[in-house]
Amino acid sequence: MGTVTTTQLRSMYEDMVTARYYEERLQEEYMEGKTPGFDISAGPIPGELHLAAGHEAAAAGVCAHLTDEDTVTAPHRPHHIAIAKGVDLKRMTAEIFGRETGLSAGKGGHMHLFDPDVNFACSGIIAQGCPPAVGAALAAMKRNESSVAVAYLGEGAISQGAFLESLNLASLHDLPVIFVVEDNDWAISMPKGRISVPQDGSKRAAGFDMPGVRIDHDDATAVYEAAAEAVGRARDGNGPTLMSVQVHRRMGHFMGDPETYRPEADQQRHQERDSIERLAADLEAAGVDEDERETIREDAHARVDDAIEWAKDQPEPEPDAALEDVFSNPPSGVTDEDPTPEFAGNGGADR
Amino acid sequence: MSDDEGRQATMSTAMVEAIATEMRDNDEVFYMGEDVADYGGIFDSTDGLLEEFGHDRIMDVPISETAYIGAAVGAAQAGMRPIAELMFVDFFGVCMDQLYNQMAKNTYMSGANVNVPMVLTTAVGGTYSDAAQHSQTLYGTFAHLPGMKVVVPSTAYDAKGLMHNAIRDDDPVVYMFHKRLMGIGWMPAPDGPKTAVPEEPYTIPFGQADIKREGADVTVVTLGLHVHRALEAAAKLADDGIDVEVIDLRTLVPLDEATILESVQKTGRLVVVDEDYRSFGLTGEVISRVVEAEPDALEAVERLAIPDVPLPYARPLENRVIPDSDDIEDAIRKTQP
Ligand SMILES: Cc1ncc(C[n+]2csc(CCOP(=O)(O)OP(=O)(O)O)c2C)c(N)n1
Ligand SMILES: [Mg+2]
Repeated sequence: MGTVTTTQLRSMYEDMVTARYYEERLQEEYMEGKTPGFDISAGPIPGELHLAAGHEAAAAGVCAHLTDEDTVTAPHRPHHIAIAKGVDLKRMTAEIFGRETGLSAGKGGHMHLFDPDVNFACSGIIAQGCPPAVGAALAAMKRNESSVAVAYLGEGAISQGAFLESLNLASLHDLPVIFVVEDNDWAISMPKGRISVPQDGSKRAAGFDMPGVRIDHDDATAVYEAAAEAVGRARDGNGPTLMSVQVHRRMGHFMGDPETYRPEADQQRHQERDSIERLAADLEAAGVDEDERETIREDAHARVDDAIEWAKDQPEPEPDAALEDVFSNPPSGVTDEDPTPEFAGNGGADR
Repeated sequence: MSDDEGRQATMSTAMVEAIATEMRDNDEVFYMGEDVADYGGIFDSTDGLLEEFGHDRIMDVPISETAYIGAAVGAAQAGMRPIAELMFVDFFGVCMDQLYNQMAKNTYMSGANVNVPMVLTTAVGGTYSDAAQHSQTLYGTFAHLPGMKVVVPSTAYDAKGLMHNAIRDDDPVVYMFHKRLMGIGWMPAPDGPKTAVPEEPYTIPFGQADIKREGADVTVVTLGLHVHRALEAAAKLADDGIDVEVIDLRTLVPLDEATILESVQKTGRLVVVDEDYRSFGLTGEVISRVVEAEPDALEAVERLAIPDVPLPYARPLENRVIPDSDDIEDAIRKTQP
């Protein structure tokens, strides 16, 4: 446990350069039609857009330990996590462009990505992904499955009831769930020192008798190692872990954010620390040289460009589709079959 | 009604001006919310206030709506006049107990021994693809639960007078401002919300709807963004000789039933337009008030609202469910003989 292989390093690098390039490309697409005057309703991508450049290590280092059966819930800034979890890139991109073949047929959008094939979901309400992650872990336990759940949140979310209540419930029942705080120092315009004590989110763990770890730089390898322990603990039935990973906010909170509240020096500092370069150094040491890394990057970029081209070719949904999907059953609520119970019914004793 | 003379201001400027004046006059008034200090409110609701009043009175708060909105309730009961901002009304879910079990009920449960003189400001509405968790108005939800006065301005003139009244009111006031009307640089407003606004303070009493356009053939009752969409429809219909009266409710609690009834008695035809869900809400309420009071007054009635689905993301989907001026025009035509 813990020691990262070259294959794993390579695969994290792939996720991270994919995510970084994805955000850069989406930024370009999103800004189309929005200059010089920024009008949120102009351009090919509708709505708000929260990009995660600088957050990649927290996604890649944790999701490296997960399979499709494991559940991940992400917050309003979800793309890098979705990519690391293996969400279908084309359909996710089509969703962000509001197209009919998107993950949610255009109903959800960038803050509400759902891909049940890999057990991925989002919520745009701060910390509200935490309770459903606890629920996924509870289901795994009750059904004697070995899957785990991961809830991502920002450092701004650590004082929200849904998070704190989830820590207690998870710890109380030793549930296989990992809480990952992506600490980028800022909650929109509010620096963490203005809104939280203590500032280190992992310290919340102590109050709930669960392990809390802080990774104070966005080193994907360090995240990988800490996550190996946390995910291992969860799979072995030894309960939840709270991780806090220092990441960097290389872009505004949302696209169009003037960031007038943010000191120049702070913006600078967040640009300088680059988790991707850090991981490149680890790869170099492991014998993956720049040529090989360039191939990885080129492949990743091609995949992203393809997804974006594909998405933009997709049809927009028919207006009347707006009236469908409020329920999965017809509103009458009449179902034909009794649901068949699948779980062992011994409270997780065989897990 | 505002006069057309004088200084023009956006809705956000007018709202902020009222807050600043009340804060200057009364040290007990202070503002709490996320990103209200250095950012000036995501929708410009506190733009410029930090510079004058500092972080002690324009307080950024943790993303803990239960705690800080509940704290506003407590500070109000202690005699202060806090204003607490819920960034989007859609986030009410995480703090609803403080709102409807505490803020809204403490007066009644105490036999009016206790009062809660606070304002909850909150941004509402769609039209910019912010999807299901950031586009609702929830007008009906707040108006349904007893104990909250509910204010929905549609112009700068109204925004200022209603805000003065809200802060001075001894009861909890929910002040719902539509994002699309604020005059924010990155979300262009339609023509209409920017009006002449007197520099001096003035109040607009609650429970007084405003007839934004007089007409003889049909009454349109609406609020917020849809006041402007209805006026647009009315202007088009005027060319066809259909004379539309547009009533802006301005407050839902209290509701100005008299103005609605008087208009309907004149026109005999009613269209209610809402940006909230259709069922169990504002449209049904307005119609039933009319029917209860004047069972024979109506020759025709129509309503427009969100057809009981969450707000979708993609533009064609969102446009399908939020009534626009064409939809209003069609509905009005249906009421005509
Ligand atoms: C309950 C709730 N309150 C407020 C918001 C508005 N909001 C969206 S993102 C955000 C800041 C989040 O900061 P953080 O958790 O640190 O994540 P980051 O954006 O830095 O990734 C806020 C206040 C929300 N979505 N939900
Ligand atoms: Mg943050």
